[in-house]
Amino acid sequence: MKTRIKFRKYGALRFIGHLDVMRYFQKLLRRAEIPVAYTSGYSPHMIMSFASPLGIGLTSDGEYFDIELKEPISSREAVRRMNAATVEGIDILSFRQIAEEKKWTGMAIVTAADYLAKWKYTDTMGYSVPGNPSFDEILSERLPAFLKQPEIFVLKQTKRSEKEVDIRPLIYRMESRKDGIFMRLAAGSVQNLKPELVMAALCRFADIPEMPDCFWWHRLELYAAADNEAAGLADAGHKFVTLEDLGREIGEGHE
Amino acid sequence: MRKLALNDEILLKIEKPARYIGGEVNSVMKDPAQVDIRFAMCFPDVYEIGMSHLGIQILYDMFNRREDVWCERVYSPWVDLDKILREKKIPLFALESQEPIQEFDFLGITLQYEMCYTNILQILELSQIPLHTRERGEEDPLVIGGGPCAYNPEPLAEFFDLFYIGEGETVYDTLFDVYKQCKKEGKSRLAFLECAAGIEGIYVPQFYRPSYQEDKTLASFCPVNSHAPFTVKKQVVTHLEETTYPLSPVVPYIKATQDRVVLEIQRGCIRGCRFCQAGMIYRPTRERDVETLKKYAKAMLLHTGHEEISLSSLSSSDYSKLQELVTFLMEEFQGKGVNISLPSLRIDAFSLDVMQKIQDIRKSSLTFAPEAGSQRMRNVINKGLTEDEILDGAGQAFTGGWTKVKLYFMLGLPTETEEDMREIAALSDRVARRYYEIPKEQRRGKCQITASSSFFVPKPFTPFQWAPMCTAEEYMRRASIVKQAFSEQLNRKSLKYHWHDAQVTVLEGVLARGDRKVGNVIEKAYRLGALFDSWTETFRGECWMQAFADTGVDPEFYTLRERGEDELFPWDFIDIGVQKEFLRKEWNRALAETVTPNCRIQCCGCGAARYGGGVCYEDKN
Repeated sequence: MKTRIKFRKYGALRFIGHLDVMRYFQKLLRRAEIPVAYTSGYSPHMIMSFASPLGIGLTSDGEYFDIELKEPISSREAVRRMNAATVEGIDILSFRQIAEEKKWTGMAIVTAADYLAKWKYTDTMGYSVPGNPSFDEILSERLPAFLKQPEIFVLKQTKRSEKEVDIRPLIYRMESRKDGIFMRLAAGSVQNLKPELVMAALCRFADIPEMPDCFWWHRLELYAAADNEAAGLADAGHKFVTLEDLGREIGEGHE
Repeated sequence: MRKLALNDEILLKIEKPARYIGGEVNSVMKDPAQVDIRFAMCFPDVYEIGMSHLGIQILYDMFNRREDVWCERVYSPWVDLDKILREKKIPLFALESQEPIQEFDFLGITLQYEMCYTNILQILELSQIPLHTRERGEEDPLVIGGGPCAYNPEPLAEFFDLFYIGEGETVYDTLFDVYKQCKKEGKSRLAFLECAAGIEGIYVPQFYRPSYQEDKTLASFCPVNSHAPFTVKKQVVTHLEETTYPLSPVVPYIKATQDRVVLEIQRGCIRGCRFCQAGMIYRPTRERDVETLKKYAKAMLLHTGHEEISLSSLSSSDYSKLQELVTFLMEEFQGKGVNISLPSLRIDAFSLDVMQKIQDIRKSSLTFAPEAGSQRMRNVINKGLTEDEILDGAGQAFTGGWTKVKLYFMLGLPTETEEDMREIAALSDRVARRYYEIPKEQRRGKCQITASSSFFVPKPFTPFQWAPMCTAEEYMRRASIVKQAFSEQLNRKSLKYHWHDAQVTVLEGVLARGDRKVGNVIEKAYRLGALFDSWTETFRGECWMQAFADTGVDPEFYTLRERGEDELFPWDFIDIGVQKEFLRKEWNRALAETVTPNCRIQCCGCGAARYGGGVCYEDKN
C-alpha cells in the first residue's frame, strides 16, 4: 500500500538539510514501528520518495514524502505514533493512502509551491527613518506594478552556466500579506523557481539593489496539477491540488 | 521553543550547522532551576566524531538518571565557527540548553587520543575559562578529565582541576554527592578539591609536585596536600551487570562516524599484546551477560530507529557467548532491515559463516591485523597469531568468495630489523599467492590485498613503556624499505601499501609519555595556531616544532631514549592493578621473543585479580 506523509518543519530543524531529513524519517518510522516495506538484498533500505527537497534555513508547513507499507495501518494511529516519536521541529500532519500507480508518487507530480517571505524586521537600511516609508511598505506598494510587467528577466545560475530567464510565467500568484509576501511559484522537476530569486527581482524593481537579509523563508504547501483523474475533484476550475488531497485517510478497519 | 545560541546569519554561513543546535532524539532537557549540578560533557573533537563515542553516551545517560544533575554535551567547534566565536566574543555553549559552559558546575572532557590536546585548550578558551587551574576563580566550572589518556595525565596537569582515573560508573555518584554537600556548606573550590582528592580514583594534580634529576628524568612525585593520597587507584566496575547502559542513546541528525547502535559485549582483553594500552588498563576482562545484551539490543534499536547494530569490544571472538548472541541478532533483526556489523573478529569458520550471511562478499573486504610481518616480530609483541592461521583464514575467505583483504601492520616496533620490515611485503604476497592457488575457473579475477602500516607509539602502562621510538626520518626510511619490498613481490600488481604520517607519530609519542613540562609545549603550540592536530587537513607540524624550540623542551628526550629499568615514570603514581614488575617482565620476555599465554590459558599474575572479578575468577566459583 502506498502512503503519503505530510509534515511540518520548523524551529532549529530548519538547519537540517534534505539528506539528513530523509535519514531522520527512516529512523522515525522505525521508532514509531510503522510497517514500511524494504528493498531486498544485503543492505535493505526503505522504499521512500520525497516530493521536493527543502533548502537549509527554510521552514515549512507543507512537506511530503511517500512510502510503501507491508501491511496497512490506520491514518490516525500512524500519525499518533509518529508524533510520539518525533522531536520538536518536525510534526506529522497527515498519513494518507495514495494511488498505486508509480506516476502519482514522488517528485514527478509536483508543479507548484506556496511560499511566504516573512518579515524578519522592516526597519532596516534607514527605510524607517520617520517620514520615510518602511521597507515592507515599499515592496508592498511596488508589487502590483512588478507583476504587471509582461516579462521579468533574471540571471539564473546553474552549476555549469548562467542564463537570462523570464520568470514571470512561473509566478502564478503573488500578494502582500500582513506578515510577509506570499508567492505561488512553479516547482518540481520541470520548472522550479526559488522564492529568493523572485524577491531579489522585486527588490531591484523597487530600486533596492541588494536584497537585505530581512526574510524568514517559509514554504506553505506543495501542489500537483489538478487536471488529472486521480485527483477526482469535482471542481475542475482549480488549477492545482495539494499533494495531501491526492490521498485519502486510512480508517481503523483499513478500508 | 528552544532558543539557539547562534543566530541564523551564523548558522547559515558555517559548515554543518546541525553540529551546534542540539535537540536531537533522546537528548535530555531539564529545568535548570530544578537541578543542583550542571555538567557539560565534552569530547574535544567535531560533533560527528564525539557523538560516536560510547563512553560519553554511557555517562550522559547515567548522570541524567539523577534528578539533581543535568548533563549536557559540547564538542569542538570546527575552525569556521571557532573564528566567528572569537570575532564576535560569543561564549562556547552546551548543545541542550544552548547556555554558556562558563555557567556550569563541571566541564568534563574525555581524553581519547593525544592529538586532541590543543582542542582542549580551544574548548577552555572559547568557554572563557582560564587555561590554568591556578588562574581559575570560585565561579569557574571545575574541569575534570577522564578516558585512556588520563592514565598519563601529566602533560595536561596544569589545565585540569581533577582527573578521574578508570571507569566512570564507580565513583561519579560519590563525587557529585560530595560536590553538593560542599556547595551547600558554602565551601571554597579548594576545600571541594581536597574532599574530592579523598575519593578513590580522583587525582587533583595541583596537590602534587614533581621534582627532576639532573638528567631531566623524574626524581620524585609526591603529594603536597595532606588530603591527596600517594597513589591513585584505577576504578573498575567489578560486575558489569550492576551498571547502567544507555538504552536510549542520542541520535544525531547528521551522520556520525558511528551511525548505529553500539552494544558493548565485554571490557578488557585477555590477549596481552605488548603494544596495546587498552589491553592492560582495562584489565581484568569482564563479559556482559548475554541475556541482558539481547534485551539491550531490542530496546536500543527501538528507541533510536538505527538501521545497524554493532558489537563493541577489543576482541569480539573472545566473548564466550558470541555465537549465541550473533545468531540471536540475525534471527531477530535481519528480516527487519537491520544490518549487523562485527568488528574486531578473528577469521575462522564461524565468523566467515556469519559474514557470508550478513554482508555482500563481492563488495566487502576482510580485515586481518597481523600487526607485524615476521613471526619473530609477532612473538616480540605477543600477537598470538601464527602465519598459518593468517594464511588459513585468508584461504577460507577466498574459497568463500572474498577477493579483497586488508592487512594492518605496525612499523618501528622494538627490535625491528630490516628483515622484519621486508616481511610485511612478503606476508602480503603469501596471502595473494594463497588466492592464486585457487584454480583459475573457480576464482573471480584478481585479488586485492591492501596493507597499511602505522608507526608504533609506546604507551604508558604497557610492556613497551620503556621502549625507544625512532625519528620521523627513520620512520620514513622504514616505510620506504617496505614500499620497495612490495615492488619486488611476485604478485605486486595485486598488492597495495599505505603508510601513515611520521611527524604526528613522533608528537603523539611525546604527549603519550610526557611529563608536566610538556604542558608548556601544548599551550605554546596552541598559541601558535595548532588545532585539530588529528586532522590531516588542519595539522600544522611547524607550530609544534616552533613550540618545542620556544619552550626549550627537547622532544627527543621523550621519544628516542630507552628508559632505564629503575626510572620513575610520570604515571607511576597511578595504580592500575597490573603491576610495573609484571610489565617489566613482559618487556624482558619481548626482548627474548617469548610469547606469554592469554588469560584464559594461563594466569600470569599481572595483578589485576585484585579487582575481584572478570576472567581472573572464571571457573573458580
